[in-house]
Amino acid sequence: MIRLTWLQFRVQALIAVVAMAITALVLAVTGARLAHLYSTSVATCTVQGDCDTATNAFRLHDQFLQNMLGPLLLVVPGLIGIFWGAPLIAREVQAGTFRLAWTQSVSRRRWLAVKLGSLGLASAIVAGLLSLIVTWWFSPLDRVNANRFSPGVFDERGIVIIGYAVFAFVLGVTAGVLLRRTLPAMAMSLALFVGVRLAVTYLIRPHLVSPAHTSVPVTSATGLGFGSSGSSGVVTFIAKTPRIPNAWVISSQIVEKSGHLASTAVLHQFLMTACPDIANQQAGANQGTFGACVAKVSANYHLVLAYQPANRYWTFQWYETAIFVFLAFALAGLCFWWVSNRLT
Amino acid sequence: MNAVLEANGLGKRYGRRWALSECTLAIPPGQVVGLVGPNGAGKSTLLQLAVGLLAPTAGTIRVLGDRPAASPEHLGRVGFVAQDTPVYESLSVADHLRVGAWLNPGWDRDLAQRRIDQLGLDPAQRAGKLSGGQRAQLALTLAIAKRPEFLILDEPVASLDPLARRQFLQGLMETVAEHGVSVVLSSHLVADIERVCDYLVVLVASRVQIAGPIDDLLASHFRLTGPRRDLNTLPASQEIIESSQTDRQSTLLVRTDGPIVDPAWTVEQLDLEDLVLAYMGRAAAGERARPRIVEVH
Repeated sequence: MIRLTWLQFRVQALIAVVAMAITALVLAVTGARLAHLYSTSVATCTVQGDCDTATNAFRLHDQFLQNMLGPLLLVVPGLIGIFWGAPLIAREVQAGTFRLAWTQSVSRRRWLAVKLGSLGLASAIVAGLLSLIVTWWFSPLDRVNANRFSPGVFDERGIVIIGYAVFAFVLGVTAGVLLRRTLPAMAMSLALFVGVRLAVTYLIRPHLVSPAHTSVPVTSATGLGFGSSGSSGVVTFIAKTPRIPNAWVISSQIVEKSGHLASTAVLHQFLMTACPDIANQQAGANQGTFGACVAKVSANYHLVLAYQPANRYWTFQWYETAIFVFLAFALAGLCFWWVSNRLT
Repeated sequence: MNAVLEANGLGKRYGRRWALSECTLAIPPGQVVGLVGPNGAGKSTLLQLAVGLLAPTAGTIRVLGDRPAASPEHLGRVGFVAQDTPVYESLSVADHLRVGAWLNPGWDRDLAQRRIDQLGLDPAQRAGKLSGGQRAQLALTLAIAKRPEFLILDEPVASLDPLARRQFLQGLMETVAEHGVSVVLSSHLVADIERVCDYLVVLVASRVQIAGPIDDLLASHFRLTGPRRDLNTLPASQEIIESSQTDRQSTLLVRTDGPIVDPAWTVEQLDLEDLVLAYMGRAAAGERARPRIVEVH
């Protein structure tokens, strides 16, 4: 059964191997250059005394590849679902060859188990290798950017790609089993894959682990100012969400010393007494009054951040991988049931 | 009689439409059985139920004494050539033989190779490039070389030209002669059945109209022509299958086990086609007589 699976899969496998080899070659050459550049510019910038220039210049290297590789890892699981998953059974049903396959001395369950198992494993290996190469290629840039939780970084590195690929593959197979035609199955599996990925990214990932909390001075945010916020229209203090390297800051709120959330009205009231010039939006406000007012605000208020610390990165990677692998197994169960009881 | 195929009240429904309903029949072993019937009679459904590609909605079916496709071992005992003889277009002839060997413990490598040689098929040829006749032969080779006890063929020659049809049936006959397998072959063409089969089942609208050894069927059916007479005056042993009456003349197609002694009749032998058409015509006319099984003697 393994040999039959290979016989039917060898062309697709060859295409995948060639594509992987080309990708690996390009990335090996450019990635080594990038790593060298990092060690000669960014890693030694403190000695040379200008780190901002060095990192900003470094970020601009290999822009084209940076822009291509991210989407590549988004697309590859989808392609696996479309070209490996969807046709696997739909093609047999469409061509009628399942009547040949299922009347040999091999049970239908075993036929499906070997096909799902070996191609699922191949999907995992391809995705894993690709992710390994890309993660390595990006590692100096990721060190500079320190944003590994951002969507577009988190889901384009590490082991989640394996989960996506295995899920996309089984999703394609399931669509093929249910729809019995290759093209509709391809379209449906792609649409569902994108839908599930988006849903997990924006609806489930933020709730996987309850966030940690920390308080920081209001001045740790880079964007500070006064202005009217929300619908009230009154002047209040505004602090943008501060960055923590490699952490995922979910929310940032201005809190009183007592620990109570500072409402817009309370803040406005505070400004009216502490720095009336600014609160009344008078023209006299200048850099000096601005600095004095910020100092008064930071003496009485601080920011409370809800965030996922950088050291939870792998927890999130494992959780998200587990979700997709679980979904893949659930779909595989559906495939088995459908092929055994409902198909034809 | 240990039937190779036994169906009891068998039915298969797609949505609201019954492709086969209340089908009861038994197919004796050691025979080449022709299953004939008009399109839509349920032949293909019945055969796919027999190899386990379909699951029955109602009733039971047993093949070689067990549920169809009950186990890999059971799958190995039944050979199947599906309608339109599907093969893997992108795989070569040699690949197909390899696959057959991988998937069937009882694979007869010599037999497969010998057949391919005899047919003059190029082992390197892709199956998608074969002619319809060659493809059917390849499918038959796969089904035969697993050395089944029971071979089921679903309209294998329907799409073939007369020459390819003849060659295919010839190949089938050789296998039967050599290995003595039981065969069920469905067709809507009586000529094919007549050429290779020794047992006939006529299936119309899921019902077995008549089943029995072809020789017995031919020996017990006659066309009687004579002066017009009241059909109720016929002996009880003569069952009327088809009748047409003019003012002066009666023409009957009757089934009887005894001799026809009435000198008023001109008695004629039937050929198989007349017989099949008569039963199909009777079924179409809505005269749902009880299915009649002629025992094998």
